[in-house]
Amino acid sequence: MLAWAIYLSFAGALAEALLPKGRAALSRWLALAVAVAGLAVAVAGYWAGIGQGRVTIVDLAWVPSMGIHFLLAADGISRVLVLLTGIAAVAGVLFSWNIELRTNEFFAFFLALIGGVYGVFLSFDFFLLFVFYEIAIVPKYFLIAIWGSTRREYAAMKLAIYSFAGSAMVLIGLLAAYTTAGSHSTTLDALAHAGLPLSFQFWCFPLVFVGFAILAGMWPFHTWAPTGHVAAPTAASMLLAGVVMKLGAYGCLRVAIGLFPRGLDPWGFSLLGIASWRDVFALLAVIGIVYGALVALAQTDFKFVIGYSSVSHMGFVLLGLMTLNQIGMTGAVLQMFSHGIIAGLLFAIVGRIVYDRTHTRQFAELEKMHLAKRLPFAAWAFVVAGVASMGLPGFSGFVAELQVLVGAWQVNPWWVAAAGVGIVVGVAYTWRALQKAFFADVLPTPNEHPRTGWPKFEPITWPEVTGVALLGATSLIVGLWPSILLDTIEPAVKALLAGGVQ
Amino acid sequence: MNYADLFRVTLPETALEVAALIVLIVDLGFLHKAALKVRVTVAALLGVVGCGAALWAIGIQVGLGLYVDESPVLAIGGGVAVAQIGILVLTALTFLLLIDLDFTRHVGEYVAVVLMAATGGLLIASAQDLLVIFVGLELLSLGLYILTAFSKGSGKSAEAAMKYYLFGGMSAAFLLFGFSYFYGLSGTTNLFGIQQAIWKSGPSVLFFVAWILVVAGLGFKVAAVPFHLWAPDTYEGAPASSAAFIASVSKVASFALLISLSNSWLRIGERSWSGTLLTGTLLTFLVLAAASMIVGNLAALAQVSVRRLVAYSAIAHAGYILLGIAFIPGISGPGTKSDLASPVWVETAVLYYILTYGLTTIGAFGVVSVVERATGSDRLDSFRGLHKRNPLLAAVLLVLFLSLAGIPPLVGFWAKFNLFAAVLGVSAGAVPFGLVALAVALSAVSLYYYLQVLKRAYVMPAIDESPIKAHPVTMAVLLFIAATVVILGCFPALLQGWIQSFYPIP
Repeated sequence: MLAWAIYLSFAGALAEALLPKGRAALSRWLALAVAVAGLAVAVAGYWAGIGQGRVTIVDLAWVPSMGIHFLLAADGISRVLVLLTGIAAVAGVLFSWNIELRTNEFFAFFLALIGGVYGVFLSFDFFLLFVFYEIAIVPKYFLIAIWGSTRREYAAMKLAIYSFAGSAMVLIGLLAAYTTAGSHSTTLDALAHAGLPLSFQFWCFPLVFVGFAILAGMWPFHTWAPTGHVAAPTAASMLLAGVVMKLGAYGCLRVAIGLFPRGLDPWGFSLLGIASWRDVFALLAVIGIVYGALVALAQTDFKFVIGYSSVSHMGFVLLGLMTLNQIGMTGAVLQMFSHGIIAGLLFAIVGRIVYDRTHTRQFAELEKMHLAKRLPFAAWAFVVAGVASMGLPGFSGFVAELQVLVGAWQVNPWWVAAAGVGIVVGVAYTWRALQKAFFADVLPTPNEHPRTGWPKFEPITWPEVTGVALLGATSLIVGLWPSILLDTIEPAVKALLAGGVQ
Repeated sequence: MNYADLFRVTLPETALEVAALIVLIVDLGFLHKAALKVRVTVAALLGVVGCGAALWAIGIQVGLGLYVDESPVLAIGGGVAVAQIGILVLTALTFLLLIDLDFTRHVGEYVAVVLMAATGGLLIASAQDLLVIFVGLELLSLGLYILTAFSKGSGKSAEAAMKYYLFGGMSAAFLLFGFSYFYGLSGTTNLFGIQQAIWKSGPSVLFFVAWILVVAGLGFKVAAVPFHLWAPDTYEGAPASSAAFIASVSKVASFALLISLSNSWLRIGERSWSGTLLTGTLLTFLVLAAASMIVGNLAALAQVSVRRLVAYSAIAHAGYILLGIAFIPGISGPGTKSDLASPVWVETAVLYYILTYGLTTIGAFGVVSVVERATGSDRLDSFRGLHKRNPLLAAVLLVLFLSLAGIPPLVGFWAKFNLFAAVLGVSAGAVPFGLVALAVALSAVSLYYYLQVLKRAYVMPAIDESPIKAHPVTMAVLLFIAATVVILGCFPALLQGWIQSFYPIP
């Protein structure tokens, strides 16, 4: 059933592309309908999948002579991430309600991106997964380049080049794994059980891992993320941070770790205390956590703060993956979900609710605008999103990051110490952004003060309220009742770890 | 030699030649006072009918090829038939895109020359004898020089033809020189005979000299670096339909010739020296392949003329294809995998690549020529705002260029994946793997220049917002090509199964 989320999204994209121009309202409602239908499918699939392990949805021989299958399946990890995609898609449409330029094309690219993302999360054939992965990249370029803001063409091209460099690495890994395994099949199961030699795994694992991790924003390959997020239109930055970065992390988990688990084994020698690829990537993840947080602390552009915070939070995902234990990896998957929701909410507030009204994101200018009084809804929403992002108990981020840290502690307490610094700095930059943007109360100079009182901002619209409510409630529900997701994630991670140790 | 056999085997070529004569007679004899539009329509349709008749002739061919003294001269069936069908279909598409031709009044001659050049293409795809190869190659090349120069009012066209002709003449000299060495070494012009001669005595140094001369001559035809210098100028100066023909049909035919050369005298079997022979010939191909991929992709980054950009991208694609052709004979040594089906796999993958590449390129030139006619230039900036000026044309451009860049689910991605998987499947080891990794990395680079065009079409605002009109037939053909690119990409097994059906089951 979950496969319908893919088909519906692509059908929606095609329909949007064929819509006559100038029917903005129609294309909005169509996009919303498709996104809601996708979410409904995701929720129903999630519900039906509770208590079940991996379920094959479709298995067709796509290219029989080469053993390539159109194999869609779902396990707990897939279901959670499909659910995330569904929520992010609906929220993205809601926060794009004010797009007037080439509306139908916008939603065509948007839905094509969503379809590709659904596809990646449901593919259990490496080739098919790669196809969906690339399908998800192209629309991003156009979304940012056409509808973006600050330096959009530069940012879009940078993002496209980083993405394609990453996917080229993945493609090389795919070709190498396929032919080394004897050119019989590209399904993940067949490749995982092909007994790939240890020496092969040692070089193919880092290749594929880095290829995917570029899209997950791993330091030092993260630089596309802040510029891309800032330039992107609101919905696109919500999707970029919300689901596209998760594609990368998911690929690291499902493909790199799933297919080449022994690539994480110790090398047999140690260099400055680093004795395996696991140490290397854990170190990069920790650097990403601290570096992203510190850079976020120094930004003058509101959206860049959120952009760098994404790098920091995605560091937790990668760190969780590198723990290779049950609790750490469960935390990583939960963090993917949680960050997808919270980052989406933050970008929505900054990009849609604030920027589309104030037309500036510079703290120096926002400080003089008294936004807490003039846009109380935005201030409240940002307080909620901010504390969720800081990892306050009661929100999803707390549960996820705690699990990652517990898992990391079992492996190497120093990682936790460093990541802890990142959390503290995280509180600081969120607080700073909150204070500067909404509660600064810097008095404008007399000649800046309008004589007839401050001009009214355009009122908050229903799609914004709905979107904020949807995302905020999701984070709160998962934070208060984490087992709603954990019960699904845990068995899947257990199965993956068991399969990986084979 | 049996003349009935000759007639039977060359029926497709005969059909094209007869069609060429009919076109000339009808156009010059009956229609010389008719309007240009009528003449173009009639001539193009006759050309398509000719291609159709030749296709039918290929379809009814059975039995063996043409033999003289028990050695083959013309092969039929198998990969040869696939390449010939590809040549004919692509030629027919070229005719259909001619429909609003306006650069010349000599319509009949143009169509006839295209048909004759296509005949040359059919010949070299099937030829198994050095003399026939050379005659076919010259028939094709002379046709192409004329087609390049056909826009008599344009200085660029004349210049391009001159350059093409000088380079071509030189490369023909190299080729002929190499052929003469082969004849001297073996006493025969027959590929099979040459293979026998090498088999008896082993390869001498002269063999490699001859081989390098031949590769230089053919490297020119497929525009491989360092024999590529004519390509950008020719692609830029020639009339669009001629450029499309050069970029697709001539490429398919020349690569088919390279395939049959590799097949015929490289698959020699286990001898003490066969490793040396294969390594030597492999090395020449690999050097050309790597140089073409690197130079083509990097030079394309700097282009401002879309035609030159397509030309450099064609050089890059020639590099990928040569990489595949290098591994058709299979490589001896510890890395070899003993799967007998593998060389056929590489061959079908190469055929798949060149057919789909030819199709995509014809479409790309179709779009470029429509835009060029409306804006008077093929600069990148003349594509600005295309999505507003003609949304369908922009969509076709998007599909074709993304396919050339190798983005799934379009056919270009599948062609690349299939080719690279076949190369790695035949030959394990650091060298093939390194080259495949290079090719994949460079296709990521190629996306940058394809996006430069698409960025103009979709992102940047138009300078001039007046709509661009395309002839309905042109639009229909372009849409058909784009749809084929999408469908074959979504169902790659269709074309692959069709190509494999021409090969005996191993």
